[in-house]
Amino acid sequence: MSPASAILAALAIPTAGAVLIVACGRAPNLREAVTLASAGLLLATVAALVGPVLAGARPAVVLFDLLPGIPLAFEVEPLGMLFALVASGLWIVNSLYSIGYMRGNDEPHQTRFYACFALALAATMGVAFSANLLTLFGFYELLTLVTYPLVTHHGDDAARRGGRVYLGYLMVTSIVFLLPAIIATWALTGTTDFRPGGILAGAPLSNAALGGLLALYMFGIGKAALMPVHRWLPAAMVAPTPVSALLHAVAVVKAGVFVAVKVVVYVFGAEMLAGVRAVDWLPTVAGFTIVAASVVALRADNLKRRLAYSTVSQLSYVVLAAALLVPLSIVGAILHIATHAVGKITLFFAAGAIYTAAHKTEVSQLDGIGRRMPWTMAAFTVGALSLIGIPPAAGFFSKWYMVQGTAAAGNWVALAVIGVSTLLNAAYFLPIVYAAFFRPERVAPAHDHGEAPLASVAALVITAAATLVLPFFGSIPLALARAAAGP
Amino acid sequence: MIGQHLPALVVVVPLVAAPLIVLARRGAAGWAIATAASLASFAMAVALLLQVRAAGVISYAIGSWPPPWGIEYRVDAVNAFVLVLVTALAAVVAPYARRSIAAEVPADQQYLCYAMLCLVLAGLAGIAITGDAFNLFVFLEISSLATYVLIALGRDRRALLASYQYLIMGTIGATFYVIGVGLLYLMTGTLNLADLAARIGEVQGSRPVLAALAFITVGLCLKIALFPLHYWLPNAYAYAPSAFTAFLAGTATKVSIYALLRFYFSVFGEAATFGALPMREIFLVLSIAAMFLASLAAVFQDNLKHMLAYSSVGQIGYITLGISLDNQAGLTGSVVHLFNHGITKAALFLLAGALVFRLHSVRFADLAGVGRSMPLTAAGIVVGGLSLVGVPGMAGFVTKWYLVRGALDAGSWAIAFTPVVSSLIALWYVWRFVETAYFRAPSAAAAAAKEAPAILLVPALGLAFACIYFGFDTSFTVGAADAAARTLLGGAR
Repeated sequence: MSPASAILAALAIPTAGAVLIVACGRAPNLREAVTLASAGLLLATVAALVGPVLAGARPAVVLFDLLPGIPLAFEVEPLGMLFALVASGLWIVNSLYSIGYMRGNDEPHQTRFYACFALALAATMGVAFSANLLTLFGFYELLTLVTYPLVTHHGDDAARRGGRVYLGYLMVTSIVFLLPAIIATWALTGTTDFRPGGILAGAPLSNAALGGLLALYMFGIGKAALMPVHRWLPAAMVAPTPVSALLHAVAVVKAGVFVAVKVVVYVFGAEMLAGVRAVDWLPTVAGFTIVAASVVALRADNLKRRLAYSTVSQLSYVVLAAALLVPLSIVGAILHIATHAVGKITLFFAAGAIYTAAHKTEVSQLDGIGRRMPWTMAAFTVGALSLIGIPPAAGFFSKWYMVQGTAAAGNWVALAVIGVSTLLNAAYFLPIVYAAFFRPERVAPAHDHGEAPLASVAALVITAAATLVLPFFGSIPLALARAAAGP
Repeated sequence: MIGQHLPALVVVVPLVAAPLIVLARRGAAGWAIATAASLASFAMAVALLLQVRAAGVISYAIGSWPPPWGIEYRVDAVNAFVLVLVTALAAVVAPYARRSIAAEVPADQQYLCYAMLCLVLAGLAGIAITGDAFNLFVFLEISSLATYVLIALGRDRRALLASYQYLIMGTIGATFYVIGVGLLYLMTGTLNLADLAARIGEVQGSRPVLAALAFITVGLCLKIALFPLHYWLPNAYAYAPSAFTAFLAGTATKVSIYALLRFYFSVFGEAATFGALPMREIFLVLSIAAMFLASLAAVFQDNLKHMLAYSSVGQIGYITLGISLDNQAGLTGSVVHLFNHGITKAALFLLAGALVFRLHSVRFADLAGVGRSMPLTAAGIVVGGLSLVGVPGMAGFVTKWYLVRGALDAGSWAIAFTPVVSSLIALWYVWRFVETAYFRAPSAAAAAAKEAPAILLVPALGLAFACIYFGFDTSFTVGAADAAARTLLGGAR
């Protein structure tokens, strides 16, 4: 398969998967086989692109004009390559997990669930491979819309309210801020194509206008959950846990920070922003988000809510690192997209496994649960260590680059933010681990339970193992990150 | 031979079809004649568009009396596009109309529906194609009078009141228009639009010409239902027979906007229109008021058709906003929205008609849970709704793109934000339907309902699909709108 057709196949496979899933709606085993097969095919297709991209090729497809002069076009560059690789790789594991979770909890509307999931992956691939802002915006909005039925899966009042916040925040930010920013970029430069070094260089923009445009972009990308546009993420936790795990720890939120990094690197260009005081607000806002969200996480008793706020905080690491505008920090930002993904998905898998097996949702209920669910809690521990940034877990390495980046940029405030946040991370994760393994059960559970269904446990063990071994196979993510960050 | 007479035939065919239907006096025969006439008109409009693209402006002298003495029909990039929109919607609505009208109108009155539908089509096509100011008034009245009858044929008794309201407002509008035309005739001695444009220079800026501009503006804006002259529209749309509402919503206001564009840019000239009177500011304020106040009103309706009607008033604000921007991108946005909103709203009203067919109601209380019993209809409404919001990949997005660009080209970030913020209000009212249809427990009516018959669904979903198609393939719509905006701004005629 040529690289160009691989791009189209990456979009077509999950879409066709969704159609087949609906067609197989009455035969659950066949339906789940379709999901797993699509996920496997997708990963193989995406992986086939890695070689050419690392060799310096930029496979591209131009389909047809969406608007005069702006085509529906795709081009694979290293940043998008890494994002697509992470999302498609974790989809396989997540599908395995979903099967255990959805059957274990007897969830309704499973066909719709798997079909929307496949469509969400198609939209994610579109975001990852877009060659211009218009194409990107289309898939970005599509991702919001196809995940809405997943967020509101339960169809009750809580789901409807959560869905309102979810859709409200994401659509308001993208329509009111992101879209005008894109149109302004087009009006200023006559193009919306992503280009290394940026397209706005040389545009007639005052520094203040530059800062304003950057603000439109950064707050317009609601999926990056920069405060104060973060509230949709905790609201999305009403979804079944597999949705929270893959979409609201990986695909959707990473699409947000991915777009943020992409805009900084390929639309503005790091060189253009460097030294402009009018863009200094971005590291400040990102730093505030990191610390403030960690504090909220510390106080949250609901496990998924704590994980959600932890995600808000971790996403801003990426934005902060990208905003430092030095190559080392940008490498850190890009790596963090991958390392946080495997760590956080493990944590969500564990949260979902606890819910499936023990029907527990609050942190305060978890005393002694490590003895009943040793695999789950061991995996949870690995994920937590990765997020705190303790070697050899993957999270350490992205943090390492970020710390080096703060030094290279001479931004000591950013360094302090990362330090404080690391302590806060430890403060909200380690007590859970301690309670699970070292405290006795306070109340006997309503029913005697062990681990969650095998499929779910297998999934979380796989991602936990990936968190530990990723550093040893880290050359591919690192090479992609370096290629994207430039010399 | 026939090709040469297409400009006349596109109007004459539906005009002659109307009395034939009355002679036949039978619903089925009426339906067949109306469908054939609207399909024929559509084919002729497409042929005209192709001719204009190939050979430029077509001028047709009625009865071979050369203009400016005789009546001239004149087709250029602007009205060929409008003509295609009007006839295309007629061609989609006519096949749909049979079952829908059979369910909503007493048997002995059905043939009247089809006769009036043909008259409305002839009137609207006439407004679009004529190059004569007084002839335009005649067609305006033909379409309006037929519309009053059609609204009154609605089965709800409030239809009579709605028809009466529109009769009063529409008559005032037509009278104002004809007063304006009279003043122009007084000053220039001609009624041919091209001739008017040539002669108006000598008297430009004189009181009667300014008065004419004001009268024509108010008169046409009543027909356009520009906020705050929209009073007649919601009830007219809500109580007319469903099939007709779809046709009316997609075409009538659009054709009046075309007439306004023609007068502003071709007859009075851009400089005079926006220089002598503060038209730009007036339209800006009224457009923004429409985009926000009318859209907000849509949020608080308890009836789907009322909601869609107020949404129309809001969406008309988008179109007039582009006029007030008065630049290439803004006008392109305006003209492309004539088409995009036309197909979107027609699709939505056709689907609302499918709901009426099964549920005999479009009150939100009765629509609860309808997403489960009528999945295709509900999904179509969601698609049309997303096009109203202007989600990328939908027709409505294209409009927003050009309007924002037009505002930025005019140097105003504040105006650039108005279409996008207003589209959030659209998201709000569209999502009221989504939550009603998919999250609420089914109402008694919705639980018992099954999917609408294919003859209703195929045209309606076809238009909903067109909302998606024209979101991706914009070469026809944007190409035509861009050419139209160029023609208008070039002042050619």
